[in-house]
Amino acid sequence: MTAPTPSQTVGPFFGFALPFENDANAVENDAYATAGESTDAIRVEGQVLDGIGEPVGDALVEASQGDQFARCRTDGEGTFHFVLRNPVVSDGAPFFNITVFARGLLRHLQTRMYFPDGDGANHVDRVLQLVDESRRHTLIARRDGDILHFDIRLQGEGETVFFAV
Amino acid sequence: MNTLDFEPPYLYPDYRSTELRAPKHEPVRLPDEWFHNASGPVFGRIPVRAEDADLTRQHRGEPLGERIIITGRVLDSDGHPVRNTLVEIWQANAAGRYLDPADDHPAPLDPNFTGAGRALTDQAGFYRFVTIKPGAYPWGNHLNAWRPAHVHFSLFGPSLASRLVTQMYFPGDPLIPLDPMMSSIPDARGRELLIARLDLDTTVPDWALGYRWDIVLRGRRATPTEA
Repeated sequence: MTAPTPSQTVGPFFGFALPFENDANAVENDAYATAGESTDAIRVEGQVLDGIGEPVGDALVEASQGDQFARCRTDGEGTFHFVLRNPVVSDGAPFFNITVFARGLLRHLQTRMYFPDGDGANHVDRVLQLVDESRRHTLIARRDGDILHFDIRLQGEGETVFFAV
Repeated sequence: MNTLDFEPPYLYPDYRSTELRAPKHEPVRLPDEWFHNASGPVFGRIPVRAEDADLTRQHRGEPLGERIIITGRVLDSDGHPVRNTLVEIWQANAAGRYLDPADDHPAPLDPNFTGAGRALTDQAGFYRFVTIKPGAYPWGNHLNAWRPAHVHFSLFGPSLASRLVTQMYFPGDPLIPLDPMMSSIPDARGRELLIARLDLDTTVPDWALGYRWDIVLRGRRATPTEA
């Protein structure tokens, strides 16, 4: 095996380069959506926080599921949002893949956002079962009206569960 | 070969920004077969135009600085070329200043240089950019902290595991051994992987020096990197 190229931080100065049109909204230009059909669009809002609970205002968050991809930057309050369609899963509970890049992260962080458990699927999801029960809640969004709320705590109290990649 | 020593740790106190951002818990490792089956993000919504690969022709005039060509091959760690994958780059201008509004280094902006590019790899896995050699610049990590000249790279590859954001450095730069980001990679062989080489085959005579930098993404046989 050839050694993979090492990772380096995304740094603080990516904001002029990595955004693209409608980057946070994978549904807006969707042919299905523009046809006026139900889109199952889900808006997720959250905040990226550091080890003392301060907002991380220079993070890049990417969300993906199947062929959907969204990219968003945090603002000065550490908040981000993205819109994806409801995930379709054949096995286990529905989730979005979430990748976090930031100044101070020499390697990116990989996590998953699961949905508030309406039908019990989270209880049988094989990945969630691998996570210590006391930390599982960090992977589950909470419903807040029409949107889902998912905070990402990089370190400390309530630290989000991240997966090795 | 312990490739773990080729990757920086999350916590590296010499790079101060890691101290409050590095997770304290070990990352949860999924069984390898689940890890490898995780399909990656599909980046097709990100626009890639032909002119995005030439950072010297994105404005009315030519940018100041040393024109260079950066090219290389993207392979996976099993040795296969990674075709049609998106390569995004961004960098400071020749004076060491980013166009980014967050950059307050008192060096001039160049009205003819943005410093952002995109390209897709070809059928053999090659990418190619024309740009300007970026300048070194100071940062607030410690007294006289100066980043070596570098170009940021972002690549997707086919799976979640192949996603890579990194930085390419230039050979012979005396700032490299002083740089905490570079030093965070424990094994010198890992650090070497981030340094391009001057390549006369890439160089276009009387026009631009060429640098060759190959990139290796995690392939199906790679195992996850732990903390």
